Amino acid sequence: MTTAERQLLSGDDAVALAALHAGVRLGTGYPGTPSTEILETFDRLGGHAQWSPNEKVALEVALGVAFAGARTLVTMKHVGLNVAADPLFTAAYTDVEGGLVVVSADDPGMASSQNEQDNRHYSRAAAIPTLEPFDSQQAYDFTLLAFEISERWKIPVLLRLTTRVCHAKTIVVPRGPVAGVAEPRFEHKIPARVMIPAYAKPAHHRLRTKLAEIAAWNEAEGPIRIDAGDSTLGIVATGISAVHAREAAPEASHLTVGMTYPLPIERIRAFAAGVERLVVVEEGDPVLVEDLRAAGIQAEGKPEMYRFGELDVARVRRILAGDTSPEAVPPKGKPPELCQGCAHREVFQALRDLDCIVAGDIGCYTLGVLPPFSAMDTCVCMGASIGVGLGLRHALPEDQARRVVSVIGDSTFVHSGLTGIAEMVYNPPATGHLVMILDNGTTAMTGLQEHPGTGRLLDHSTTNKLSFEGIARAMGVQNVQVVETTDKSLSLKDLIAELLAKPETSLLITRQPCVLAAPKIRFYDKAAAESARGHTCSAAVAD
Amino acid sequence: MEKVKNIVIAGLGGQGVLTASDMLAEAAFRAGFDVKKSELHGMSQRGGSVSSDVRYGEQVLSPMVPAGEADVLLILEATQIEINRPMLRAGGVLIGPDLLPEGALKNKKSLNVALLGAVSTVLDIPQEHWMAAIYANLAEKLHKVNDQAFAVGREAALQGSIAQH
Ligand SMILES: Cc1ncc(C[n+]2csc(CCOP(=O)(O)OP(=O)(O)O)c2C)c(N)n1
Ligand code: SF4
Repeated sequence: MTTAERQLLSGDDAVALAALHAGVRLGTGYPGTPSTEILETFDRLGGHAQWSPNEKVALEVALGVAFAGARTLVTMKHVGLNVAADPLFTAAYTDVEGGLVVVSADDPGMASSQNEQDNRHYSRAAAIPTLEPFDSQQAYDFTLLAFEISERWKIPVLLRLTTRVCHAKTIVVPRGPVAGVAEPRFEHKIPARVMIPAYAKPAHHRLRTKLAEIAAWNEAEGPIRIDAGDSTLGIVATGISAVHAREAAPEASHLTVGMTYPLPIERIRAFAAGVERLVVVEEGDPVLVEDLRAAGIQAEGKPEMYRFGELDVARVRRILAGDTSPEAVPPKGKPPELCQGCAHREVFQALRDLDCIVAGDIGCYTLGVLPPFSAMDTCVCMGASIGVGLGLRHALPEDQARRVVSVIGDSTFVHSGLTGIAEMVYNPPATGHLVMILDNGTTAMTGLQEHPGTGRLLDHSTTNKLSFEGIARAMGVQNVQVVETTDKSLSLKDLIAELLAKPETSLLITRQPCVLAAPKIRFYDKAAAESARGHTCSAAVAD
Repeated sequence: MEKVKNIVIAGLGGQGVLTASDMLAEAAFRAGFDVKKSELHGMSQRGGSVSSDVRYGEQVLSPMVPAGEADVLLILEATQIEINRPMLRAGGVLIGPDLLPEGALKNKKSLNVALLGAVSTVLDIPQEHWMAAIYANLAEKLHKVNDQAFAVGREAALQGSIAQH
């Protein structure tokens, strides 16, 4: 085979290429490791991709695209699906016209996440058909398949990836652009899209019928792979665990499930009947094994210790051997730290020196929790800093309440900080409160993505820009201040102390570009200025 | 089936570990092998430990090198040797930054490519695929300095004896 036909792609890149080939009209999402590269690559390949303020909005925009009859892809990390869960559950009731594929990139082992939730539970809870690829070829194939299923049954489809599938590069042979993708066009289909109880009741029945049909399809022709081997051991696996298992037990019989919800349970039952011992190898929670047992298939799961962290070949060997002896602890590497020159450093120095109680949030600045700062007391999910800070203020004795500060990044503020500010204005604590937005002009944590506060689109071209200070003033925050962190005439510590002393609501925006983003931002600004000049010239000629 | 070759590349964020593993994977890919490469790159840009696995052969299953099964361990930063040593198999080859004589590199940033030059002496990937893979992963103005770096690393490996563990 020539290299022109085969490509070495990450799973994320493979999904992007498939989205392009599937004729996706618009890709939406919010950055989150390990999903971020999908939309970036889709844009680079010439697709139309947009960052939304958060995952809920991303899914809603995509739903609109699907109702318009066009294909759409929504990408997010696993916790993003919590944010998007509200539209997801009811989108499942609607009839989508164009294919709607939701990518959830799970992070077992928490390489870069705050939890290791297993989003296969969402498939079952929201009744969303789910495909789980084990390598980039499958990521490509399953993306195309997901669109077919989504349009055939007019249902959103979940493509569940995990960190290793997203980031591992493996060989892909693409099929090329799909022909015959429908053009967008609106038709009124009120009962299929307006989920008032009168329409939602039949819609729920329709959903269950769709799932039964999809299950029958999965039994008949769904993506299953069987590697027949020794009949003493049969292994049922899915996703990345399947390749670990095939390597760990090459002599065994293997059944790899591609569509894991709804399951092809009869095919699994037939496979189980042909082997003496059946083991389910899956990362994360015991989801598949419980489904099999509920269907009356006798299957062994894994010991509880393997629920935690990623699986690998060695761990699968241990699972098969029933080995529950303590695992060797891998030596600890050097932890990451805030870059030298990072403006977050100044902020956490000041908060440490003032002995503040810091309700933190998620981003690069979460590294303020580590020495030498140790200046973060809580961190739960994006946006939680504001609510948690307010709760602390309401409950703590006054001398402690006065030291509470909420610290949030700029991307995180747009994602889910606005409602926190509304809460602060609506239910101000007796001691007031201080929220700090650490505005470094980018979504640094996930690799420098744009957001509505940067004034640039996903492809870094210019667009409208949200004004955080304008928003806060309009919402009624009493003190709104903006400072440049580099301003040497300024004592950040004194300013924070001053705001903490007031029993008022305050927002302090500290502004300085992330040192990794700064050269890029200068480059984008220059390009924008040049194109604006070019634009004026040609306009002048036209005039 | 031919045995899969396992290579682990490790260092600190910003040293070019991921670029080096991209280059190696691409070289093996161009040579016609099945290839998988994988790493965790969550916070690598903040200077923490980074490591990346590359596997190639007739058919590769898991994208991760099992501990104790690396044929080659390539380390860009001396402090990362002990942390990653458990990855190496008995009789595997360790290539560290001390392989290169002091001041051998015109540009310190090309350490990753220099050490790939050393690795190239112990892997069955033809030279032309190495160069094509390296060029494909670098801006053109960097090609020349990295040509030299690759040659320096290769020479150092051929001259000295690479440590077998
Ligand atoms: C619901 C959800 N979506 C996405 C993420 C991934 N994520 C973590 S922090 C972050 C944003 C960081 O940007 P910002 O707040 O600007 O802080 P910075 O890293 O730039 O300091 C993102 C996208 C997440 N943890 N949770
Ligand atoms: S990447 Fe930017 S925001 Fe993150 S630590 Fe470095 S300078 Fe700070």
